[in-house]
Amino acid sequence: MKTAAPPLPGWLAVLRQRLFATWLDTVVSLLCLYVVWRISVPLVQWLLIEANWNGASREDCTSSGACWVFIRARFAQFMYGQYPVPERWRVDLLGLLVLFAGLALSWRRLPRRKALAIAAVLVLPVFGIWLLYGGFGLKIVETREWGGLMLTLFLAIYAGLIAVPLGILLALGRRSRLPLIRFASVVFIEFWRGVPIITVIFLASLLLPLIMPTGFNVDRLARAVIGLAFVIAAYMAEAVRGGLQALPEGQTEAAQALGLGYWRITRMIVLPQALRISLPAMTNEFISLFKSTTLVLIVSIFDLLGIAQAALADPAWVGMNMEAYVFAGAIYWFACFGLSLWSRSQEKRLQVAHGR
Amino acid sequence: MKAFLRDRKVRDIFWQVMATIALIAVVVFFVKNASDNMVKAGIASGFNFLWRDSGIEVPFNLTGYKPSDTIWALLWTGIVNTILVSVASIFLATVIGFTVGMMRLSHNWLLSTLAAVYIEFVRNIPLLFFVLFWYFGVLAALPTPKESFDFLGVVFLNRRGLSIPTPNDVSGFHLALLAILVLVAVQIGLARWARARQARTGQDFPVWIVGFVLVPEFVALFMALSTYTAGFIAEVVRGGIQSVRQGQIDAARALGLTQGRIVRLVVIPQAMPVIIPPITSQYLNLIKNSSFGAAIAYPEIVAVFMGSALVATGQAIEIIAITLGIYLTIGLAVSVFMNWYNARHKLVTR
Repeated sequence: MKTAAPPLPGWLAVLRQRLFATWLDTVVSLLCLYVVWRISVPLVQWLLIEANWNGASREDCTSSGACWVFIRARFAQFMYGQYPVPERWRVDLLGLLVLFAGLALSWRRLPRRKALAIAAVLVLPVFGIWLLYGGFGLKIVETREWGGLMLTLFLAIYAGLIAVPLGILLALGRRSRLPLIRFASVVFIEFWRGVPIITVIFLASLLLPLIMPTGFNVDRLARAVIGLAFVIAAYMAEAVRGGLQALPEGQTEAAQALGLGYWRITRMIVLPQALRISLPAMTNEFISLFKSTTLVLIVSIFDLLGIAQAALADPAWVGMNMEAYVFAGAIYWFACFGLSLWSRSQEKRLQVAHGR
Repeated sequence: MKAFLRDRKVRDIFWQVMATIALIAVVVFFVKNASDNMVKAGIASGFNFLWRDSGIEVPFNLTGYKPSDTIWALLWTGIVNTILVSVASIFLATVIGFTVGMMRLSHNWLLSTLAAVYIEFVRNIPLLFFVLFWYFGVLAALPTPKESFDFLGVVFLNRRGLSIPTPNDVSGFHLALLAILVLVAVQIGLARWARARQARTGQDFPVWIVGFVLVPEFVALFMALSTYTAGFIAEVVRGGIQSVRQGQIDAARALGLTQGRIVRLVVIPQAMPVIIPPITSQYLNLIKNSSFGAAIAYPEIVAVFMGSALVATGQAIEIIAITLGIYLTIGLAVSVFMNWYNARHKLVTR
């Protein structure tokens, strides 16, 4: 160590210790700064400073930056796809309802929170399909007119609603005492985990109409939801299994000693604890489900990314590739990053609860 | 009688029999519907279609495949393309992943933040986005063939891809593939020899890695797969390295080893057993994700077989079964190999 230099003021000392401790560190830091500068300056220029914000057509994009006019002109399509304009209030209403229910239920001191949560999970999905699809007094909107962010959220939420209970059942089946049930669960889980999601979406869209009785039509969108749900259920099952394995054997034994049966032990003792442990892992699976919904593009269902891709084919807006990708990518990123932050906070809470 | 009904063994058997019957009933129901529907649509079943002429053009192939060849040859071409892009991407993803994972752990705040930004950026965006972005965003923006970037007038980069000269006929592809294989073999041989020599004499021997690549769909898929998977591998590497106890590093430093040697000789060997299982599943994910090539018409298994061949023949069930079978086999093979490697690795370190 060299002779100590006079102590620097707080933040400078920290800066020196963290970035310029040795000459090698200094070189690395300067190199990093250079990289950051080379990337961020043109990026900010393109995204904000040189960007075009106002106007109605391609001709309004005169400066060299991004042409956000394109996104403004197409915004409604990115959100709703081809959903008929006079009916879009239905999508908004459902979105508000789900948001309200989510906020209300995450308030821990809500009276009868558990009962309300069960009611919401049972009632809202059915109500949602009615609102979106129509019938019983509402104008019918065929699923091929759905699209954009609304479709992405629909796919993720409905596939998730099937995948979670199915995954829990599969995880329980995999740890069952009965060899045949165990075998069937293992085969189901490993099969769906072993094949690419793209092939599953193909498979669902080709095979589901084939294996149903003649004349029984499975909606194109429903096929995609079922395909996604099966794969994610298999991954969810592994996440739940982690939680089940982390649970001490004594919990089940104590419950058995009290004379409870299998389903009551599972419902009252095992699952409440195991699910709390596997919640972060399950959230991560949900994030990957959310990302996988983009694959429905393969069977010509236009979710957010699909609509962005389709918008590139519009001759009036040639060459807007970057704008479309950046906009769609940003939405995915914020959604997934938000979810993963939430998942991490759950993990922390769990660790605190376990006194670790 | 009541005691009999309450007997656990009897009840276990009863529930299993019931579950089996229900499963069989569901399967029979589906199979019967499928055969009815196929008879109505006039689709023949069986695997004879594999020997028919395909008539499908595949622009990028290493097998010397022509449209006049059989569908079986088409499938084989798809398999080779899948393996090619997977192996290449696994290699690059591992290199980037290890680099970023190490950067993430650097005590240099800027370096570790840069790595963190990369990881969080890549992991929270769908892979399909990257594939489309590279293909339509980056490669479409590259110069046209006439104004391509060239390196020494031999290698050209433009929107048709990265071209590296090969002999005039298609067999050049064989040569390229052969060259890659030879390089990989030489690489492995050299590494083994160097290790053996070091064990014998204690001397180091530098080991170098070489490689090269072709075509826009390939480049887009390759870049997307490797940069995306690298984000996940980086997290795995970070977790593995953090699992090595600080005492080990302190002890190595006390012995006077340099920082680089501590990492290479003390940290990595102990982190490997922790890293290998999750990294295996990342490799498997990458192989499965190579099917994203179908979205940009890179001729891998899903694109040529589940796409083109299925449209041409209409034999959905057989084609789906074969495709899924291939992926399941590849997955099984990789995990068997990795288990073997893992077991060997454990023996060496303990």
